[in-house]
Amino acid sequence: MTKSELIARLAAQNPSLYHRDIERLVNTIFDTITETLVAGDRVELRGFGAFSLREREGRMGRNPRTGEAVLVNAKRMPFFKMGKGMRERLNKD
Amino acid sequence: MTKTVTRNELANAVHQQIGLSHNESAQLVASVLEEVSLCLEQGESVKLSSFGTFSVHSKNERIGRNPKTGVEARISPRRVLSFRPSNLMKKRINPE
Repeated sequence: MTKSELIARLAAQNPSLYHRDIERLVNTIFDTITETLVAGDRVELRGFGAFSLREREGRMGRNPRTGEAVLVNAKRMPFFKMGKGMRERLNKD
Repeated sequence: MTKTVTRNELANAVHQQIGLSHNESAQLVASVLEEVSLCLEQGESVKLSSFGTFSVHSKNERIGRNPKTGVEARISPRRVLSFRPSNLMKKRINPE
């Protein structure tokens, strides 16, 4: 499912809302999650999962084309851990 | 101190951005997450452009070890969920 398919499904369930508002709804939710991570905070959605940041240390890498050693800077990677409810839904039998 | 954003804050953001009632905003946040969950439950990936991709992977049974006691244990086959952030999200979190 893509974002536009998600919007179409939600629009079908909510005929009283403007399509444009459904688009804004979906964008607001996922943009707010991104903004929260950009600010260094975490998002916890009970039953779904939690988004947080993991620190990656800087390291010496190599340019695969030239073989030259280059310094890869430390960075923060978004990390998602599925929630208990989701784990149960994916493993029902 | 890092703060934790929950469904309630997402509902507030929807309420402020779109001007729907708080109650309706909360219900819509729940239905967005429910639609994504339903899709994943079917084993289908969910691709949200500029955000990232959720995908379900099946793991075979394996023998693991309790890291605390060292006792071997059978780990049953299971399905796990992984999230790959989009390049845009990674860039926003790590601006140059």
